[in-house]
Amino acid sequence: MAPKITDLKSAIQSFIEPGMQVAIEGFTHLIPFAAAQEIIRQGMTGLTLIRLTPDVIYDQMIGMGCANKLIFSWGGNPGVGSLHRLRDAVENGWPNSLELDERSHAAMCVAYTAGASGLPFGALRGFVGSDLPGHNPSIRFLDCPFTKDKLAVTSAIQPDVAIIHAQQADRQGNVMLWGIVGVQKDIALAAKRVVVTVEEVVDEFAVKSNVTVLPSWTVDAICEVPGGASPSYAHDYYQRDNAAYTEWNEISRSREKFLEWMEYHVLETKSFGEFRERIVS
Amino acid sequence: MKEASSQEIMTVTAARLLRDGTVCFVGIGIPSMAANLARLTHAPNVVLIYESGTIGAKPSVLPLSIGDGELAETADTVVSTPEIFTHWLQSGRVEVGFLGAAQVDKFANLNSTVIGSYDSPKVRLPGAGGAPEIAALAKETLIIIEHDKRKLVDRVDFVTSAGYFRGGNERSDAGLSGGPSAVITDLVVLEPDSVSKELVVTKIHAGVTKEQVRDSTGWEIRFANNLSQTESPSEEELVTLRDLIRRTKEARRKLS
Repeated sequence: MAPKITDLKSAIQSFIEPGMQVAIEGFTHLIPFAAAQEIIRQGMTGLTLIRLTPDVIYDQMIGMGCANKLIFSWGGNPGVGSLHRLRDAVENGWPNSLELDERSHAAMCVAYTAGASGLPFGALRGFVGSDLPGHNPSIRFLDCPFTKDKLAVTSAIQPDVAIIHAQQADRQGNVMLWGIVGVQKDIALAAKRVVVTVEEVVDEFAVKSNVTVLPSWTVDAICEVPGGASPSYAHDYYQRDNAAYTEWNEISRSREKFLEWMEYHVLETKSFGEFRERIVS
Repeated sequence: MKEASSQEIMTVTAARLLRDGTVCFVGIGIPSMAANLARLTHAPNVVLIYESGTIGAKPSVLPLSIGDGELAETADTVVSTPEIFTHWLQSGRVEVGFLGAAQVDKFANLNSTVIGSYDSPKVRLPGAGGAPEIAALAKETLIIIEHDKRKLVDRVDFVTSAGYFRGGNERSDAGLSGGPSAVITDLVVLEPDSVSKELVVTKIHAGVTKEQVRDSTGWEIRFANNLSQTESPSEEELVTLRDLIRRTKEARRKLS
């Protein structure tokens, strides 16, 4: 069935419920900031958030109490330093405690691929000598039945909803993204439902092969949100706003300043468009 | 010309260890700076792989994040993140892994997870990222870290990425080949002893004393019998490095 081309608010209302497992993916590129902020605006709680590289937007969600569990492999502000809200949750349980299912990038990747392939686990060569398996029952070891090699295995990830951002969708609801493609195709095919925000909906794609295309029937909802990946970037549309990542370090350092910022920029605004106006002014 | 700073000596020394034509999996930050310096000086054919899926990236300025657009635009090819780890790293195509960490211990195990205990950490660090598999699967690993008692420790608080375990044959007995071949700091170069696998100082940077190294290391550091002084950065290396940093700063200013 073709996806519904709808507005972001309705899509989040229809597809996200408290307590769900939600993966909002993007590997430094095409990070769905607008969609994630709409989840914050709707006051969602108890989510299990999934992502290889939780960065500023997951920091906002965790600080606002949207999540009680995080499945991840690297939680930092790229090129800047710590995520202060993530750290506060893990170190001090503020605003609530956060359960961690911590893996490595390679393990997350095979967990997504397993999820997309209908397998219960993914296998990799890894974790020998690492302390991570001792703290995470989602990482175990198995002897290969063919070669007897000791392999690491990790449970598949099949979220209730995957949210990704892409450059374009066409009127039929096919999705195209290019540049650094990350894990978006894998997580979209692993998830039960898929919501995609796009820079623009076009009549027809200019190029039709060798870029990631999610056929319309694999996608549940498409929302046109220009700039929806900002302050991350959308290749051929806009560049990464490095200053915003640097400023986040100061905004997020104290609980008070963080809450004040979120209140003014996210909770008091009705849409990502309004949010952007407040950011610029 | 202004004399080289200790950080510049560290970066240049690390860059020199990268041979021309090597396939290198690069971490962000100083590893990326050193690898690109190598590419712009003695190793024009080095192949830089970033975990964002860019293979053969040739950025004109240093990326702030591992997935900056310029990496994709200058790469020979861009693949998905799962593919970079399976088809390229796990399959054995990476010769050198170039990593940083919050802590490294005397057997070159790396910690980028927590300071203190895992369940109630004093400092929660970003986590593993791609490092455990890079450290396990690259044919050799180079580690860059600032020399500090809290960073070069007897035993890391948490083994995120395995080096030589607790020394001797433990790594190879566990089925891992490769391993760290050098740790480059702003004071010295350390290399694993061929038998015990304990890191020992093999090169000391100009102007650095043994006393200073002892005071800045969290275990009783040993110096190799054939200890030598690090060759100072050449004018070409320094000019190239400083140009790279200046271009990077300008590019970031323009964006912000």
